[in-house]
Amino acid sequence: MKKVQIPISDDVVRSLKVGDPLALSGVMVTARDAGHKWLIDTFVTRKREPQGDDLEVYEALKKLLNGGVIYHCGPVVAGLDTREYRFVAAGPTTSIREEPYQGDIMRHFNVKGVIGKGGMGAKTLQACQEVPGLYLHAVGGAATWIAQTVKRVLGVYKLEFGVPEAFWVIEVEDFPVVVTMDANGNSLHAEIEARSAKVLENLLTGEKS
Amino acid sequence: MEHLKEPLIELIRLAATNLPPDVEKALRQALEREEPGSAARGALETILKNVELARKRSTPICQDTGTPIFYVYHPEGWSTRKLRQVIEEAVAEATKRSYLRPNSVDSLTEKNTGNNLGDEHFPTIHFEEVDGDTLTVDLMLKGGGCENVGAQYSLPGRVGGGVPAGRDLEGVRRVVLDAVHKAQGQGCSPGILGVAIGGDRGSGYYASKEVLFNELDNPNPDPELEKLEERITEEANQLGIGPMGFGGNTTVLDTKITGLHRLPASFFVTVSYMCWAYRRRRMIWKDGTAVYK
Repeated sequence: MKKVQIPISDDVVRSLKVGDPLALSGVMVTARDAGHKWLIDTFVTRKREPQGDDLEVYEALKKLLNGGVIYHCGPVVAGLDTREYRFVAAGPTTSIREEPYQGDIMRHFNVKGVIGKGGMGAKTLQACQEVPGLYLHAVGGAATWIAQTVKRVLGVYKLEFGVPEAFWVIEVEDFPVVVTMDANGNSLHAEIEARSAKVLENLLTGEKS
Repeated sequence: MEHLKEPLIELIRLAATNLPPDVEKALRQALEREEPGSAARGALETILKNVELARKRSTPICQDTGTPIFYVYHPEGWSTRKLRQVIEEAVAEATKRSYLRPNSVDSLTEKNTGNNLGDEHFPTIHFEEVDGDTLTVDLMLKGGGCENVGAQYSLPGRVGGGVPAGRDLEGVRRVVLDAVHKAQGQGCSPGILGVAIGGDRGSGYYASKEVLFNELDNPNPDPELEKLEERITEEANQLGIGPMGFGGNTTVLDTKITGLHRLPASFFVTVSYMCWAYRRRRMIWKDGTAVYK
């Protein structure tokens, strides 16, 4: 398992390939559906005017995401009453929902790594080649185990989106992932889908038992 | 009904933090089938370590504690209105204690209510009156990843690259395999398939979840469906999607099928995909004492 420090340099990104298991350490930011949509609408396509603390949050996220990592995660968080936040369970959520937004966010903020589960599509793979960046697969459902690698919750933005949808800023140590989409255009997900499609075709047209 | 609140919180805690033994056993068997050093085996090792840790620490196995789905079997004369109230109180309290993530979002305003309570469909509660004096409450926590890859087919239809699926068990086999292929690793494979043949669009989904309450080791009472379950499980595993979609030998752990009466015009096949984090528990309440299974 290779140890990788966040922020991640372009050289490190380019040296990693599909199948590499990594242990990530450093600061990352969680974001899901509401967060991605808000970033795109307000700061990338500028479909909506910034309001409230939008610009302040944007400036903070810009620093964190430059060379940084987005984690598709809606955690269970303890300490909400006292603001002494602690991640109790924090596995990855399904990434494909962010496919319409992810590539543009990676380009806009220079994001080097996106962590989630289930893989992403062609638009994100393209962005991985351009930025360059990586899609990193965490083990879906392994939430208590992964929460152990979250050493500290450094802060939270847009808690009004709800606990699962807020941007949580976390410091992690040896967070386990596997590279499943790399900066050279390789996607384990595209590969498995194509291979399983062939098997399916045979099973569907095969003889009846 | 207030006396049921703590026992119900315990039911929720057990469901969220402790995988049923039959599911854990199936995951251990799956681990043995994967190549040493493979990403698939690594994923299953992490899954099993996570299950043990969650049990030890009494924290949720998965952060997506899902939609709480209750099936309540109550004796004659019990007030379902009051039962609903105490279940909702238990859900809100379990959320406060971090056994559940606040998951109920108003679809129009997008506001999260913060306590897992929403309209009369969140949490989902089904009531059924039964003989005797025992209250049985089944709870399933169904995460969004696996719920999103569920599917319903209206037969006759076509699947894959245009292969026909007719109104018979062969058609059922074809569409279920199609659903597994479409899900890839997104539903947190290796999953468990709950399949309902027939019914209407609503009852099909209801029954496809209900059938998931059967323990993995329990054979189907219908030998023909039992045979089909085994075949689908075996063929789904030939697809090579594997744990998390990393490739490998275990794509589904098991298949459960039930048949429903249907309208002559309709032949639905409904597939509920359950992730490996197959969180279900039963509480049996008799003579003032709760027993959990």
